[in-house]
Amino acid sequence: MIPAAFDYVEVDSAEAAIAALGQHGDEAKLMAGGHSLLPLMKFRLASPSVVIDIGRIADLSYINDAGDHVAIGALTKHRAVETNELLKSQVPMLAHVASQVGDPSVRHRGTIGGSIAHGDPASDLPAALLALGGSVVAKGPNGDRVIPAADLFTGFLETAVASDEMLTEIRVPKAAGAGWSYQKFNRRAQDWASVGVAAVRNNGASGVALVNMGPTPVVATAVQDALASGADVEAAAALAADGMSPPDDLNGDPAYRAHLAQVLVKRALTEAAA
Amino acid sequence: MTVMGTPRLRKEDPKLLTGENKFVDDIHVPGELWMGMVRSPMAHARVTSVDTSVAAGMDGVHAVYTGAELNDMGLWAAPLPCAWPVTDDMVNPPHYPVAAEEVHHVGEIVAVVLADTRYGAVDAAEVVEVEYEPLPVVPSIAAARDGDAVAHSDLDSNKAYHWPLIPDPDALEAAFASATHTIKAEFEQQRLIPAAMEPRGVLAVPSPAGGDVTLYSATQVPHILKVMIAATTGLSESKLRIVAPAVGGGFGAKLNVNPDELLSVTLANKLGRAIRWTETRSEAAFSTHQGRGQLQTIELAADGDGKLTGVRVHLDADMGAYMMLITPGVPLLGSFLYTGVYDVPAFGFTCDGYFTNLTPTDAYRGAGRPEASYAIERAMDLLANEVGVGPDEIRRRNYLAGGGHFENLETASTLVFDSGHYSPNLDAALELSGYDQLRAEQAKRRADGDTKHLGIGLCTYVEICGLAPSRALGGLNYGAGGWEHATVRFLPTGKVEVVSGSTPHGQGHETAWSMIVADKLGVDPDDVTVLHSDTAISPLGLDTYGSRSLSVGGVAIAVACDKVIDKAREIAAHQLEANPDDLDFEAGTFAVKGSPDKTMPIQAVAFGAFTAHDLPDGMEPNLQEQVTWDPPNFAFPFGSHVAVVEVDEETGGVELLDYTAIDDCGNQVNPLIVEGQVHGGIVQGVAQALWEGASYDADGNCRNPSLLDYLVPSAAEVPNMKLGSTTTPSTSNPLGVKGVGEAGTIGSAAAVINAVCDALSPMGITDMPMPASPATVWNAIQQAKNNNENGGGQ
Repeated sequence: MIPAAFDYVEVDSAEAAIAALGQHGDEAKLMAGGHSLLPLMKFRLASPSVVIDIGRIADLSYINDAGDHVAIGALTKHRAVETNELLKSQVPMLAHVASQVGDPSVRHRGTIGGSIAHGDPASDLPAALLALGGSVVAKGPNGDRVIPAADLFTGFLETAVASDEMLTEIRVPKAAGAGWSYQKFNRRAQDWASVGVAAVRNNGASGVALVNMGPTPVVATAVQDALASGADVEAAAALAADGMSPPDDLNGDPAYRAHLAQVLVKRALTEAAA
Repeated sequence: MTVMGTPRLRKEDPKLLTGENKFVDDIHVPGELWMGMVRSPMAHARVTSVDTSVAAGMDGVHAVYTGAELNDMGLWAAPLPCAWPVTDDMVNPPHYPVAAEEVHHVGEIVAVVLADTRYGAVDAAEVVEVEYEPLPVVPSIAAARDGDAVAHSDLDSNKAYHWPLIPDPDALEAAFASATHTIKAEFEQQRLIPAAMEPRGVLAVPSPAGGDVTLYSATQVPHILKVMIAATTGLSESKLRIVAPAVGGGFGAKLNVNPDELLSVTLANKLGRAIRWTETRSEAAFSTHQGRGQLQTIELAADGDGKLTGVRVHLDADMGAYMMLITPGVPLLGSFLYTGVYDVPAFGFTCDGYFTNLTPTDAYRGAGRPEASYAIERAMDLLANEVGVGPDEIRRRNYLAGGGHFENLETASTLVFDSGHYSPNLDAALELSGYDQLRAEQAKRRADGDTKHLGIGLCTYVEICGLAPSRALGGLNYGAGGWEHATVRFLPTGKVEVVSGSTPHGQGHETAWSMIVADKLGVDPDDVTVLHSDTAISPLGLDTYGSRSLSVGGVAIAVACDKVIDKAREIAAHQLEANPDDLDFEAGTFAVKGSPDKTMPIQAVAFGAFTAHDLPDGMEPNLQEQVTWDPPNFAFPFGSHVAVVEVDEETGGVELLDYTAIDDCGNQVNPLIVEGQVHGGIVQGVAQALWEGASYDADGNCRNPSLLDYLVPSAAEVPNMKLGSTTTPSTSNPLGVKGVGEAGTIGSAAAVINAVCDALSPMGITDMPMPASPATVWNAIQQAKNNNENGGGQ
């Protein structure tokens, strides 16, 4: 629990962060709330030589109505997402999922951008973003680009946000009347999910994404396809683990997780349809 | 008796809540150096080379020592101590603070860095290059017992000892030969990683001119540590001062004599620099002893009515890599309790201790007794099923003294239980839990085919605490006594100072001792100051473990108060010109019988004793008495716990819905502290049942050494508990008190697993390994379904 030595750079704007990334290259890591990066550093599983602290950039903490979607600044704390009235009315699942992250002290420090950029398959918010069909804005030396959530998670703790870019905004489509459910199965209240399911059902369209069922946050494509083809909940849920490669750890082996995914997808689809 | 028995907020809490308390890690002295430990990543290996050159050359690094170098420096007079050689032929491989030739568990220290900063010490430790030649690993008790690998390459076998307790072998054989019902069950008590809120840590401060060393340690046992450091280092005991400052929990894990404590003292003494170290949480999983680690086999013999006729138990106990202070004795602390609260005519117990290449085991909350109550209480449920009666009924049929009140009753395990009254205690628990309604709800769910199964589990435990009558410990080959020391003194201004040899680490001794003194001497509890935990202030003591503080240390204070009153009476009588026998003492005032105006408050007596102007001829000045109390017997608290769980058949998830506990710890001093102890104790047992367990791979690596993977439950996982008590005073001490620090833990694991098995009993499930994780439970359900489909149930 003692991190290796590193240099610390504090920046006050996204532009300064991009410049610092350009200067320090791959050896640098961005730190927002620090709740994903610092534990890795304390275990010495990550030893960046430079930590660029973006946590104090003032203008990246916001939740704005942007017409057909809600735009959320990357440094918005989980607690703000959890309690925001616009989100609660327009994208209630996201507010709910934010309330399921860690414990209150984590939610007061951790940020939505940090959680999503970390790309942890066991995290709650990436799966919610996938199910909602959201996107993110990545700012780099050449300006901004929008990355759909479906293209964002590329490998274990890896995303399509390049090493010289910074995730600055999260966009989630408004879905005020949609049915939704977030099923988080964990062993203690503050734990990551052993398996989780985010499901949205809106005018016949379905978004279903899974937590901790593979190396990345992942869309349950087989489930979505089956629902699109008219399958009932039971039949669709039976496909929950198709194409998945769940981890093997003390919380369960892959077979157990595959079963759990089926149970939880069924529960999620049932609740989302209710 | 106005203060004792009344709930009272703890004196200790304001300082804890405001952060005013100083823990070891908060104490700093100029010039201190940090230790950084180089720890073995191998469970069993020969150390072929240790290259410290790079580390030694780093900025801020003062020195790096290998095990061989430390041995050559002559720092050790003896290996780390084991105070409990349970048999004359027990195997006890030498264990030095730093391994020189062979490592025997992951995390064993192979070199020590001294550096100016904590970070620098860890960075330097990381670049010490150690080469290992791997040796065969013994990663479990079963491997130790059945496999070919030996945990210590110079030993022929992993077996450390065989310890039998079979008072009447013929009677035991006869009981099983003639039994109508027999039960045989095997249980695993998984290893637990203690997780006190404050990790362990040390700060050794030398006084180079005086030649003495003060050790601040996060320890439960400063007095024992002082003796043991003297014995293992050869330093004069008179040159050692041990201070346990604020200590944030221990649960047994802070009652040892650890390499870091010996290293800090000896290096501080040698270098004339203060030496410190605080373990990280992950380091603690390797460097601090663990709890439990037993394979249990229990057999019951019973007649046609389910009345027990015999109990036979065998344990294979995991010592880990070395014998620590009381490692071999921990399983034996439970040996006398495998007959539980039951009238068992014939009893037999054997234990084989084995070495493994895992972190050593030692005492952990309950130490041997939770294991015992788990085995007998799980087995009683199996017997209930076999006989076809409810779990409450099987217990009632077997209670000692028929469930009625008893005192000083000898049991088949040769102990004399001080007192008990079991039936009313169970009645109260069933009533408070709403047992009949729960059974009705369970039946309804079963009839409805609900996939959320309700389970109700009972545990009626008894435990042994108040360690201990010194002669009894001698009979067990334990290397120390079991007394406790107390001094009670009046200060000139009428305030009272108590010096206690009991060493608190969160229990609330200051509050409880103040309440005892307040009642005895008729003073305000706030006028009582309790001094403790520093061998320079409290030179005599045997510290806190085994739920002994109140029933031994608290009693010592009460008896010392009686002696103070006796002396004060002589002085008061002298000054009031009355016969001592003619004085009443009530609410802090002496009064001459029949002369209500002739009175003298004890504070005035104390001032008179201080000035010594007018004392009886030959009487010493001052009002101060000391007592060393050696209890005539142990104390045997008991209780009835009812756990209610809901098991989700689809996920295997177990939710603890409700928990009821009726504990009987005799007379209570502060019911608020009792409640707190019961709350925490219950959760610690529930944690073993549902969440915690150190998991090792075949190479002896711990798979869950951090709190990310080692699941210590939080308040969010536990329902509001329903607590109550019955009061059956102990006959082992004049206060009639028993201990309560471990009771909750001793009762709760069995109650929870009994509830899980009860929930799933319609599927034919009769056992569930701990921790009953969702995956474990779900797999058991699948196996049961497969068995049922195959027409078996076998």
